[in-house]
Amino acid sequence: MTPFNRKHILSTKDLEVSEVEEILASAKSFKEVLSRDIKKVPPLRGKTVINLFFEDSTRTKTSFEIAGKTLSADVINISKGGSSVSKGETLLDTARTLEAMGPNILVVRSKQSGLPLRLSQALHCSVINAGDGFHEHPTQALLDLYTILEQRPTVAGLRVAIVGDIAHSRVARSNIYLLKKMGAELVLVGPGSLLPKEVEDFGVTATSDLLEGIRSADVIMVLRIQRERLGLPFFPSNQEYSHFFGIDREKLKLCKKDVLILHPGPVNRGIEISPDVADGSHSLILDQVANGVALRMALLYLLAK
Amino acid sequence: MKTLLTEKELQKTMDRMAVAVLKAHRPFRDILLVGVQTRGVALARRLKERLEKKIKEELPMGILDINLYRDDLSTVGEFPLVKRTEIPIAIQGKGVILVDDVLYTGRTVRAAMDAVMDLGRPRFIELAVLVDRGGRELPISANYTGKVYKAKAGDNVKVMFQETDGHEKVVVKQM
Repeated sequence: MTPFNRKHILSTKDLEVSEVEEILASAKSFKEVLSRDIKKVPPLRGKTVINLFFEDSTRTKTSFEIAGKTLSADVINISKGGSSVSKGETLLDTARTLEAMGPNILVVRSKQSGLPLRLSQALHCSVINAGDGFHEHPTQALLDLYTILEQRPTVAGLRVAIVGDIAHSRVARSNIYLLKKMGAELVLVGPGSLLPKEVEDFGVTATSDLLEGIRSADVIMVLRIQRERLGLPFFPSNQEYSHFFGIDREKLKLCKKDVLILHPGPVNRGIEISPDVADGSHSLILDQVANGVALRMALLYLLAK
Repeated sequence: MKTLLTEKELQKTMDRMAVAVLKAHRPFRDILLVGVQTRGVALARRLKERLEKKIKEELPMGILDINLYRDDLSTVGEFPLVKRTEIPIAIQGKGVILVDDVLYTGRTVRAAMDAVMDLGRPRFIELAVLVDRGGRELPISANYTGKVYKAKAGDNVKVMFQETDGHEKVVVKQM
């Protein structure tokens, strides 16, 4: 196996299949560590991870924090409100200031698409993109893939439907690149106003007919309706969205019996997914959260040199 | 390249090691064999088979990957791939016999002991190795040794097993 010598994790678009496989294999080993009574191993002793979150996050930030601490790294959390950005410092200056304190890895979340890439060019430490604007959220896509592979031997040939606001979803974008690379067949489902213009460039199919999209799917990835991010009405009301695109028990009956349901969270119960489906036997939502820690341990481990 | 143990000699050596383990523990109870990835696991499987034949009951066996506990992580270029660790029963109160193919500097064994301790408090830890090649850098010695061989610093003592290498023998590749 070729050694993993990537310095940053910025997108799934530029990951090689062999790198993805190494990340997933490592995540599997780290999942065992998380099942122990004493969840602590020493490989990142003396290394520092800074979580630099310019945008709100509970699960991703906590996930990276637990991942780093389980590996014995020192983890420091900085959020928008608690940083000098609120005093007018530019994001780049804030990042440079932090780097001067000598962290090994900077985990960045921002509203601006491309900020992690910009930081990776300006700084010497490793950068992990923990979600940037409408661009990518590679660690989410990797943990989604890992979660599917716990249930299925391969994703090659699997039909994956991604349902919701595809156009504004970095989770969708990262998943499209990654799943396509690994051989899955993708169908994007959503209202016409929320389907990206570049569907053809992705080499995937798209539809606004939910049943057509999910009927033969092996996996349904439900996206969160991000009303706080949009600010504009792309669809008339939550009720109408729920009626046409929400996944509930009735619609699930028309799907494959062993269909897997994923959702990156946080869930708007009753809008994009009904509570009985979110908590039902097809749902892997909590597996995704648990696997997120193992996957992020793998990334921190592989980047920390 | 020099053959240190032929397949036949290798089998006999492992027979002897199993007998030595049995002799040291009478009655033979609450003992867990733990193979160190990768060839320690193959050796542990063979010892387990031999011991089970003698005691006529199933013996638990664990697999340990020590990469997270290596003392050279900050100096190796790339971090090694972390393989599977799988311990089927609680280590608390058990007698653990670590099994590895070659004992050299002792650093792997130190890492393995730390890894075991992180999983619980064993009653004791012992060490079984197929070849002790000398060259220790830590105060560590084995309880059960298949073969002692005074290797030179550049020598590569290679233990081969069917599942990892396609055949069974021990060779020394000299510089």
